[in-house]
Amino acid sequence: MAAIEVQDLCRQYRVYRKREGVLASIVGLFRREYEIVEAVRNVSFRIEEGEMVAFLGPNGAGKTTTLKLLSGLVVPTSGQATVLGHIPWQREDSYRRRFSLVTGQKEQLWWDLPAQESFRLHREIYRIPDDEYRRRLDELTDLLEVGRLMARPVRELSLGERMRMELIAALLHRPDVLFLDEPTIGLDVVSQRRVQEFLRYYQKEQKITVILTSHYMKDVEALCERAIVINRGQVVHDGQLNAIVDRFSQHKILDLQFSDGQVPSTLTRYGQILETRLPRVRLQVPRQQVSECLATILAEHSIDDLSVSERPLEDVIAELFSQPGEPTDHGGSL
Amino acid sequence: MSVATSTPDRLRSAVRLKWLILKTAIEERLAYRGDFVFSTLIRFLPVVTQVFLWRAIFSNDAEKLIRGFRYSEMIAYYLLVMLARAFSSMPGLANGIAGSVADGSIRKYLIQPVDMLDHLFWHRVAHKLVYYAIAIGPFSLVFWLCRSYFPGWPDWTVIWCFVASLLMSFAIGFLIEAWIGLIAFWFLEVSSLIFIYMMLSYFLSGHMIPLEYLSEWLPFVEYLPFRYLAYTPAAIFLGRIPEHRLPVEMMTQFSWIVGLFVLNRITFARGVRRYSSFGG
Repeated sequence: MAAIEVQDLCRQYRVYRKREGVLASIVGLFRREYEIVEAVRNVSFRIEEGEMVAFLGPNGAGKTTTLKLLSGLVVPTSGQATVLGHIPWQREDSYRRRFSLVTGQKEQLWWDLPAQESFRLHREIYRIPDDEYRRRLDELTDLLEVGRLMARPVRELSLGERMRMELIAALLHRPDVLFLDEPTIGLDVVSQRRVQEFLRYYQKEQKITVILTSHYMKDVEALCERAIVINRGQVVHDGQLNAIVDRFSQHKILDLQFSDGQVPSTLTRYGQILETRLPRVRLQVPRQQVSECLATILAEHSIDDLSVSERPLEDVIAELFSQPGEPTDHGGSL
Repeated sequence: MSVATSTPDRLRSAVRLKWLILKTAIEERLAYRGDFVFSTLIRFLPVVTQVFLWRAIFSNDAEKLIRGFRYSEMIAYYLLVMLARAFSSMPGLANGIAGSVADGSIRKYLIQPVDMLDHLFWHRVAHKLVYYAIAIGPFSLVFWLCRSYFPGWPDWTVIWCFVASLLMSFAIGFLIEAWIGLIAFWFLEVSSLIFIYMMLSYFLSGHMIPLEYLSEWLPFVEYLPFRYLAYTPAAIFLGRIPEHRLPVEMMTQFSWIVGLFVLNRITFARGVRRYSSFGG
């Protein structure tokens, strides 16, 4: 059963376009120019209950705007969406009790008070019975290892500690849908991993539906099997995460170890040399020429060891987002 | 997810929520003790300057009447106005709402099943309670030192109307400032608007001088809500509003609350619809 259904969702913003210089600023007092920015363009997708889906895209692609639309924070220009059967921007209390939005901005907690005070407030806001509240709080504080920090004012917590407290605040009422917008932004490696592990465990245990946006591919690879890639407000890929590499990467990587310790000068005719650490060479070759390259190299040179691998997802996505042009269905051009 | 669903449960839960907001906001207010005590006490400084100012104005003859006020009545009026402003002033409210619209922190009120205006109201009640707890000492001292300026205790009807008017002045002050803050949904920067409001309310509320001094030039002043922020409670206590007029005065003040409440609700509903959720 679908937890989230989105059909042709569009959101436009009218943005003031300021020209450069003081004179332009003065002119702007009397006559302003605006432009329409299409933050989300005809986005459609469907997410089943209990799925954990990555939402990928460069800055300004429309990921966060889509999450804001699904959270009911902004109203769409056109299109439809339902989350758990509710239209998000109607902002019914019955819907708001069933989802949580966690952003890297960490703003659910009272800054000057210990997090436990904010949690007590959440208990009342979400009408969580006392015994359940106590049980959930104990469980979440154990999982996130923040028990000793509960009495410390939030302003005195580190970024990673605050993020974990934010997660507790978001999950205390046991939402059915969780929107995570860059939850590990700015965190150190240890905190990132802790948050990752927690999210993986919690999602598996509670079977909640999660949409995750993150620029850290490690987060995405660790947590999600399915990815929706969005660029310039449009969905350009919706499917298995590893299919992104098959679909968009034009190259594969050959790792070669030469027996004689010499790198042949003719190697560049097969592709681009990425790294040379004698006797090993890392070579990037066009995807459709892999077998032909391998056959030629093996015939012409003495090779001790070789391997063929896909390019790292992070590289493929970075390349994908940096390409100019309109999105196409195939071939990886955007 | 289990939630309390029956009507008595919901009612109990709503009361518990307001109580908890109140308690939490009190705790938050007390987090910075030094700054809080200092800022509370410093508000008494203008009293001294005002007393000296009016003493200079009435220097030749304390019994002289200026627009119906003797020197002693003027001092009593000013002290009562100060008390009314302790109820109706809302430092930081409009700026806080506007700031949360601009930086996106308002979203916590939009994604959680809470009523933002209700939440901010109880938050403000908490701030005021803490303020009164600290200020009651200095207030009592000032009123005791200046007791000779007062004509004496009015009768109970007047005292009840005075208390009701003070409480309603709190609601009007809250609703006006909250509404100015909500305008940030349309114009992100409202600090000039807040400045204009502060200037207008200083004059038109009777904070600077009694409204009797203004009514000749600005006859419309009595039809504005600002008078309830300072003038009306003071005028009730001093008997400047005849007792037979008190019910009308109370009803008018209450009507302003209803009107401003509806205005806030409409503005909030429309503002949220055009909200762009800035700040990432």
